[in-house]
Amino acid sequence: MAIDMEQFHQVFFEESFEGLDVMETGLLNLDNGEADDEEINTIFRAAHSIKGGSGTFGFQAIADFTHIMETLLDEVRDGIRELNHSAINVLLKSVDCLRMMMTAASDGSDVNDDEVKINFDALQTILGAENTSAPVAAKTVAVAADNAAKAWKISFSPHKNFMQFGNDPIRVIRELSTLGSLSGQVDTSKVPDFSDLNPEDMFLSWDLQLKGDASKAAIDDVFAWVEDESDISVSELKSAEASVSQPVAAPVTQAAQPIEKKTTTTAAAEKKEKAAVSSSIRVGIDKIDDLINMVGELVITQSMLSMLGEDFNMSRLEKLQEGLIQLDRHTRELQESVMQIRMVPISFTFSRFPRMVRDLSEKLGKNIELVMHGENTELDKTVIEKIGDPLVHLVRNSIDHGIEMPEARIAAGKPKVGTIQLNAFHRGGNIVIEITDDGKGIDKEVIYNKGVEKGLVEAGAKLADQQIYDLLFNPGFSTATEITDVSGRGVGMDVVKKNIMSLGGAIETHSVKGQGSIFSIRLPLTLAILDGQSVAVGGDNYIIPLVSIVESVQPKKEQLNMVAGKGETYKLRDEYLPILRVCDLFNIPDAKAKKLEDGLLVVVEADGKHFGVFVDDLLGQQQVVIKSLESNYKRIEGISGATILGDGSVALILDIPGLIRMSD
Amino acid sequence: MALILTVDDSASMRQMVAFTLKGAGYDVVEAEDGQKALDASKTKQFDLVITDVNMPVMDGITFIKHLRAEAKYKFTPILMLTTESSADKKAEGKTAGATGWIVKPFNPDQLLAVVKKVIG
Repeated sequence: MAIDMEQFHQVFFEESFEGLDVMETGLLNLDNGEADDEEINTIFRAAHSIKGGSGTFGFQAIADFTHIMETLLDEVRDGIRELNHSAINVLLKSVDCLRMMMTAASDGSDVNDDEVKINFDALQTILGAENTSAPVAAKTVAVAADNAAKAWKISFSPHKNFMQFGNDPIRVIRELSTLGSLSGQVDTSKVPDFSDLNPEDMFLSWDLQLKGDASKAAIDDVFAWVEDESDISVSELKSAEASVSQPVAAPVTQAAQPIEKKTTTTAAAEKKEKAAVSSSIRVGIDKIDDLINMVGELVITQSMLSMLGEDFNMSRLEKLQEGLIQLDRHTRELQESVMQIRMVPISFTFSRFPRMVRDLSEKLGKNIELVMHGENTELDKTVIEKIGDPLVHLVRNSIDHGIEMPEARIAAGKPKVGTIQLNAFHRGGNIVIEITDDGKGIDKEVIYNKGVEKGLVEAGAKLADQQIYDLLFNPGFSTATEITDVSGRGVGMDVVKKNIMSLGGAIETHSVKGQGSIFSIRLPLTLAILDGQSVAVGGDNYIIPLVSIVESVQPKKEQLNMVAGKGETYKLRDEYLPILRVCDLFNIPDAKAKKLEDGLLVVVEADGKHFGVFVDDLLGQQQVVIKSLESNYKRIEGISGATILGDGSVALILDIPGLIRMSD
Repeated sequence: MALILTVDDSASMRQMVAFTLKGAGYDVVEAEDGQKALDASKTKQFDLVITDVNMPVMDGITFIKHLRAEAKYKFTPILMLTTESSADKKAEGKTAGATGWIVKPFNPDQLLAVVKKVIG
């Protein structure tokens, strides 16, 4: 039967990556001395599962690599070996290496063979040379010793308790018969009288002759499961001594070939391009049950409404309204539950930090303790995936620029060990993630001066604290006097902010000089649904995300200005807003409002600046489900997605920062 | 048709075993550790049990010991999935009451061959 093993690869990769995380966490705990026997068992099991799976699913290189890790861990588990700090370092690096190999296998990227070799050798060095003989070699030897005869004499006498443990002599004999032509006699002499017969006991034995090319190994294989529960003797039949010595050489080469072949085919399989990897999500049964419940409610409401519709008259209006209210409630509940499915705990992202803090603080010679709270706070899977890099950057920054060297801390009267806290919690409809350190804090003066020096701030201008901190997120801004390879050269903080903004979030900074800093990231719970304002331009509707809207105004002619080089601006109170005409940006010829005073101006905020988006008319506010334009059509500048409105028509969602870029 | 219980903490291995066996027409129940398998064995009568050895909560050896102690599983074939490196595991499993073993890695054809050998 041909089974496509690739269908299991996705699950295998997912559980293997999880296993690697488990190993990493476990090893870190071991290093901190927080581990018990169960911890080592857990690490071992993870390695063992990866090895078993990778072998089965055709990733031989991964299986070989994990094998040596597993051997090492097995010795630790059995108490033969202890893991010191440097051995744990090697194992942690090997986990990284495995992760790289696994990634390569899953997405078809290249394997860094040097890294594999370095780690493999490091593991072998710990293990010592005696354990490294490859199992493949042993196999070849076993085959070499094997010789095929033309006929075998087999004596098989099962013990009295043979039938226990699910054994069955018929099974053994049936299997023997597949190896050649089998004949023989059964010895029934030991069978007692019926009154003494215990049907659970075994009383028979067999003398068998097997003719054919069966090897001794193949016959031994048949008896492998039952050798302890029976007396077995296998010998060559003297009458058929045709050519016993001759085939010795042949099977060896035969056996060697398939082994070689196997390694090349699996290598090819691992290299194979896997562009279209669909990602999946694990959902607890209780969430699914909730959903099914809710769908049930919905079906009831639907049938109630359709009954009402069959013969409706005005006297039943109240019933109809009641039904519609129910429908509304069930739909909303269903929507919330479906959204709930996409929610994953932020521990998925947080879990990488203990390792990172450990490695970096060791590298920089700092003593840092990482404290994490709210790991179970749930966020949309997409948000989780995208917030990882910005968080890494911020934590690196705290380690590198925030926490001082131990001597400096002691001199400042602080505890020698610095603390970095990661905290995730709900606030309003948002998730807040805080990165707090008790380091040296941000020197506002230094930043201000640097801002002036870089021309970002006018000398003498009065800035609020938050405005000063915001300078940190300006492209190219760096206050680190030395460029380190830990947090780079300040290209990054602007990317951090951009990434957070692209998730519809915001970042705030608080700091007290000498006491530490807090970076506070606010994120929406989900990316799949947004609150939008629909607007009309020409015959079409567009959606402006409500978060970007400040206000909407009816433009007055006298407030309108043409500024050289900047195009149209609108004076709103003391501010001059650049005007973005949607009809011009998207070439919409049938826009109703040609003159500004005929339409409406939606004031939006992006990157801390205000703009006026000019539209024909404002329609309603509503929650819209975001559909990707990119995956259904193609990327369009100025549009972040599309949605389907209540009447079935499609409305495009405006990407405000994108519109601003277009107008530049 | 024969009813088979497959026990493995690794979802991919479990699914592969279950898919292969279902494809061959067997009915399959999956369990992710020894304890869950033991629970399942109480409500159903399985014709064959295939279990991994290294599992959280309850490992395969302990599971086999418990299952074999049940009167209704006294003669049921129990196979364990094991790796070549663990020869002593085979012995340990046999003592616990396993009928035999399947060596990992294996492919679906090898699995089916063993299952057919055991329950026809």
